[in-house]
Amino acid sequence: MSAPAATATMGRVAAHLHRRARWRWPEIAFWLAVLAVIFALPSRAAIINEALIAGLFALSLDLILGLTGIVSLGHAAFLGLGAYAAAVLASQGFADPLLGLAFGAGIAALVGLVTAPLLLRGGDLTRLMVTLGVSLMLGELANRNGWLTGGADGLNFSIGPVLGLFPIGFTGQRNAALYSFVVLFILFAIARRLAHSPFGLALTAIRENRLRAGALGVGASRRIVAIYTTAAAYAGAAGALLAETTQIVSLDLFDFHRSADVMLMLIIGGAGYLYGGIIGAAAFIVLRDVISAATPEYWEFWIGLALVILVLAGRDRIAAAPRRLITLVAPRVTRGGVA
Amino acid sequence: MLTILLDGVAYGMLLFVLASGLSVTLGLMNFINLAHGAFGMIGGYVTALLMNRAGVPFLVTLPAAFLLPAILGVFLERTLYRRLYGASPLDQVLFTIGLVLMAMPIAAYLIGDEPQQVHLPSWLSGRIEIHGVGIGVYRLFIIVLCGAIAAALQTFLIKTRLGAQLRAAVDDPRVAQGLGIDVDRIFAIAFAVGSGLAGLGGALAADVVGGIDPSFPIKFLVTFLIVVTIGGSNGIMGALIGSLLLGVLDVAGKYYVPSIGAFIIYAVMVVTLIVRPQGLFARGDGR
Repeated sequence: MSAPAATATMGRVAAHLHRRARWRWPEIAFWLAVLAVIFALPSRAAIINEALIAGLFALSLDLILGLTGIVSLGHAAFLGLGAYAAAVLASQGFADPLLGLAFGAGIAALVGLVTAPLLLRGGDLTRLMVTLGVSLMLGELANRNGWLTGGADGLNFSIGPVLGLFPIGFTGQRNAALYSFVVLFILFAIARRLAHSPFGLALTAIRENRLRAGALGVGASRRIVAIYTTAAAYAGAAGALLAETTQIVSLDLFDFHRSADVMLMLIIGGAGYLYGGIIGAAAFIVLRDVISAATPEYWEFWIGLALVILVLAGRDRIAAAPRRLITLVAPRVTRGGVA
Repeated sequence: MLTILLDGVAYGMLLFVLASGLSVTLGLMNFINLAHGAFGMIGGYVTALLMNRAGVPFLVTLPAAFLLPAILGVFLERTLYRRLYGASPLDQVLFTIGLVLMAMPIAAYLIGDEPQQVHLPSWLSGRIEIHGVGIGVYRLFIIVLCGAIAAALQTFLIKTRLGAQLRAAVDDPRVAQGLGIDVDRIFAIAFAVGSGLAGLGGALAADVVGGIDPSFPIKFLVTFLIVVTIGGSNGIMGALIGSLLLGVLDVAGKYYVPSIGAFIIYAVMVVTLIVRPQGLFARGDGR
């Protein structure tokens, strides 16, 4: 390829990325609708808050699973880490929520960075096992180090108001939901920017065909470590939010079912386009609320049935529906350039 | 000391029977069946309910605990599982998690949340001394029975025609099919035996784990996965050695260093995966 042609190609790719990165009106409508729901249903603020945090957690999984194609059965490790980090910090007297949020995300990112190299070897099965094993080890550590974490009793603590102005927690449920909303939106915007950058394009290449991406000069190892660390930070932030807005942490945060649930959320909403996690989390939480109000003991059955049907019917096709709605009128790459 | 070792061996043997089916589907056929524990739960329930509600003797319930999960296993394999043999690991994980999520509420609905106890007959309870080493009679029974099962499985795989066909079908389904082996039928048989063994293991484990309850499939899922991970893809022997290693480590770890609890086995699994991603006893070609 001659130099001018290469420059022209670069220009086309840049233009394509630029166009894809533009915010479209369904997206803006989506965020406004979420905001409207928070204000319209103040009595349901607690569950909205839960859904927003679950959405952030699912978004974090989407970064590695949807964007990069790295499977994980132990994503709860980072949720639990972030939550416990924020809780321990607050119980030591540092009650500022933003400080706790940053601390929780930071600790989770650190552990993500350290454990990411474990994902570079072996196949999907190995990755499933390693991530599961890491989350179980962390859960057991939290269980056995009661002097720091409260052990099986969990940890109760109090948290200060956000920015010293807005109290969150039981007296300020709507503030808590708004706090989670703002954090989710900011982190989402960053993730969106990331996904539409050349780095995001490289991640997609790794997901589609790691060998071929490598042959094209897109090395996988460092990028996987980078995105895994980022995702860990996101999950840590979700954990910190959860801890701060409920003011309690317990060992259940590290549980296997947390990792499985977040995977279900992402699959329900569809992986790989960032909104899937948020939509899936909202659907999951609302579904659980409705079903468990009707049959409190057996709601898992319906989730399981939905999952089995989803896989048998082909989850790609079903998850494509909300995706098409959100990314309406998205330009497509066709042969010979950008259509 | 020796008592702990023998307890660990008994626990490992139990794990082996519970997980050996998984080591075939997951280790050999590369199908990630997270619902394996559900078959163990069914076997445990069969024994517990037959004994408690119908008064059937313990030994007589064991064949039923094998047969019922085996029949259910072959039915599910024919209708559902086989559609996913070629699917991505993620689909297999989601599908089998869905099955587990369905199995647990069904068990809770039909039988109830409280653990169902298996009351051992008097000749299996108590302890005996062999050369000064005390061991529970039931532990000894488990070691002997499960050891016999392991030996039978190994003989079946190595010596019989069906065993050879299974190995061929697992190694390369297409070529095996081309050679006239009915791969579908072989896989169904393997799945049925694996599910049945899980059921038998569940029945035998009921007393050791303090009764069968609806959370059984999730509680032991991780343990099964660790067995298969450590054992690798080397079929029966890998799973056996992995189970024994895990059983002894777990029992000894909980006895000598209770402060770190289950941490040991998780750490062993992760270290194993770092050092040998294909498992400790993988075959040379890394399949």
